[in-house]
Amino acid sequence: MPRPALARPLAASGAALAALALTACVPNATADDSAIAVDSSNDACDVAATEVPSGTVVFDVTNSGDDVTEFYLLASDGLRIISEVENVGPGITRQLVVQVAPGDYLTQCKPGMTGDGIQAAFTVTQGEDVATGDRAEELAAAGEQYLLYVRDQIETLEDKTDAFLAAYTAGDDDEARALYADARVHWERIEPVAESFGDLDPMMDAREADLAEGESWTGWHRIEKNLWPPAEGYDLTDAERQELADKLAADTAELASRVEAEDFAIDAFQVGNGAKELLDEVAAGKITGEEEIWSHTDLWDFQANVDGAEVAYGVLHDVVAETDPDLVEELDSRFAELDDLLAQYGTIEDGFVLYTDLTEDQIVELARAVDALGEPLSRLTAAAVL
Amino acid sequence: MDDAAGRSGPSRRLVLGTAGAVAGGLALAGGGFAAGRATASSASTDAYDFFGDHQSGIVTPQQDRLHFAAFDITTDSKARVVSLLRRWSEAAARLMAGSELGSGAAGGAYAAPPDDTGEALGLPASGLTITFGFGPGLFDDRFGLASRRPDQLIDLPHFSGDTLDAQFTGGDLCIQACANDPQVAVHAIRNLSRLAFGDAAIRWAQLGFGRTSSTTRAQDTPRNFMGFKDGTANLRAEDTDLVDRWVWAERGDGQEWMAGGSYLVARRIRILAEIWDRTSLQEQEATVGRTKGSGAPLSGGSEFTEPDFSVKGRDGEALIRPDSHVALAHPSAHGGSMMLRRGYNFTDGADSLGRLDAGLFFLAYVRDPREQFVPVQNALSSSDVMTVEYLRTTGSALFAVPRGLAPGSVLGTEGAYVGQELFG
Repeated sequence: MPRPALARPLAASGAALAALALTACVPNATADDSAIAVDSSNDACDVAATEVPSGTVVFDVTNSGDDVTEFYLLASDGLRIISEVENVGPGITRQLVVQVAPGDYLTQCKPGMTGDGIQAAFTVTQGEDVATGDRAEELAAAGEQYLLYVRDQIETLEDKTDAFLAAYTAGDDDEARALYADARVHWERIEPVAESFGDLDPMMDAREADLAEGESWTGWHRIEKNLWPPAEGYDLTDAERQELADKLAADTAELASRVEAEDFAIDAFQVGNGAKELLDEVAAGKITGEEEIWSHTDLWDFQANVDGAEVAYGVLHDVVAETDPDLVEELDSRFAELDDLLAQYGTIEDGFVLYTDLTEDQIVELARAVDALGEPLSRLTAAAVL
Repeated sequence: MDDAAGRSGPSRRLVLGTAGAVAGGLALAGGGFAAGRATASSASTDAYDFFGDHQSGIVTPQQDRLHFAAFDITTDSKARVVSLLRRWSEAAARLMAGSELGSGAAGGAYAAPPDDTGEALGLPASGLTITFGFGPGLFDDRFGLASRRPDQLIDLPHFSGDTLDAQFTGGDLCIQACANDPQVAVHAIRNLSRLAFGDAAIRWAQLGFGRTSSTTRAQDTPRNFMGFKDGTANLRAEDTDLVDRWVWAERGDGQEWMAGGSYLVARRIRILAEIWDRTSLQEQEATVGRTKGSGAPLSGGSEFTEPDFSVKGRDGEALIRPDSHVALAHPSAHGGSMMLRRGYNFTDGADSLGRLDAGLFFLAYVRDPREQFVPVQNALSSSDVMTVEYLRTTGSALFAVPRGLAPGSVLGTEGAYVGQELFG
């Protein structure tokens, strides 16, 4: 299903990106009484405090002007951006959380997003110790590391898809059925990235119910229904099979070329969100048996989604271990619990039991383990890149 | 109405010794929307008039509770259907007045079951409205009405992502019972379905525990199960020109018997609450296109500021994302077309995996579903991140809701009934 979240540049995420690129980040900051109110009007930038102790600083930026505004915390040279919050519409309040070391800074509102803005001095005195480190670099490295994983998975996906389609078009249905779930594993491991291409995803992975009336159906699940027909009368001609196979092969190649493109990058916040989205996929489609409604190979997808989430978590692990060790402890144990549970039903190498062979109690147990992991995993992004 | 109410048995209030309240309650006229907000405590202001140009329960200030029921007609006799509609119309008038049915809950023959089931005894009318609708099945070959089926009463198409459960889909007839007391709404459906046995049986039903729309300016905007204000841009009763334009069918629309009526779209939309709840506030607001706190559009302002889809941020992207719910559902994206939404939050407990079976029971009144609902739903089903990622539509139905009964109409076994123009 189309899931544009990863691909689209999140308008409001500029702050998070700038923060991760330029300054140390702060875990689990929450609005509290100590938040500094900033009133950005058409011609003034009223900051409720001009001096704070070092550590976590929270600005609540309210736009009381008529135009879109921005708020910056700048180094004393007035050039280097420590952190920022962009795209604050008139009447809207947005939060900026930043970790600052002692020193002299400038605050700046920029109503209308152009010009020099309105600056004022801002002093940070010695307060709690601020952990320093090269978190920005760590996060950038995490994004790159994850991208390598994505490219590797899609390369394997291409190979295994080719083998699967060769068996399918040759009419070797037993072989095709044997290869189907194992090939899809590599799609499911990086599903949020694949889904971020809103044009390819529906052509490659749409389920029958996802289609509107009159839409044509192609991709994995179309072939799935042909290989595991629910009743008589779902046969396709050789030509029809060839057409479906060519289409899926071409779309897979297109997907590969897009992630191989030089300008394709994955930011750390997308890695964190991707981990969470993979668990969402399990909770929404796999745990209910809806994803593979004809082949019932949902547990392969399930394991692959968890694998992908675990890799995404893995590349952020060291950063989050610094910012939120409790979260790391919880995620480590929840991943282990879910992996152990899944291992009772098979492995990707040796195959899993079919979804239809699971008892109601077993499905409930799996669903609970997914929720137990999904809830803390949803805090990963904020802990890593806030 | 006084005639009808006075003909049979003691009223709920007569039993309670508050004679006269019925007449007082019935003083509210004009389909009810001039009456202001009903209050549960005052018997003299919490009853709406069953009679009017339009059926009640459409532009009536939206009540807090719902019991909705869709019925299959189980008889092949047109005369029995007419008889059912007469019984229902008469009973609805009494229920809305806060009166007991027949000989009451405790006043009938000792050896017979009471005419009224009794759970509303002692309760005021509670702003109850009862609204009847006709589904496509009424126009099949059983009753000779096929030629009178309005073109607007389409078989709704399959929308992308629909995962409809037959248990919540379709129906030959429907009753929407809204009230400010859930017991009063349930009492109405229970007693009306009892009157139908042999002629019609409940196919599916839905309880709604909290309104998700406002139908008048005096009402606050409520929140849906996603935690956001819902229906900020809804049509309101006060917008009479817009209501005339977008809600009420007219003679020239096709089937004359539908003039003064409307079409009711009912969709049971499950919210994947557990997944939504794990979504960051930033992503939630971007998905909706409004702030969670005040409901202001992300282009700025406060709740009732019109969204400005042209306002761009630093990156050149619109502050309200084009794939946000507000951008895709806004009238400006659909030629100005509007709906009168009248939805409810529901929860039916939990599913077999322990997840909340909860969401929005979407109800909307439109003059032509082909123009006002289908294009909007197609846009949402294909592009709306909210719909695609966090919602599953599990039930769907469309009903033609005929006009109201003229004030002074005489009810009863040979009397007037809702929908009589169709059968007459």
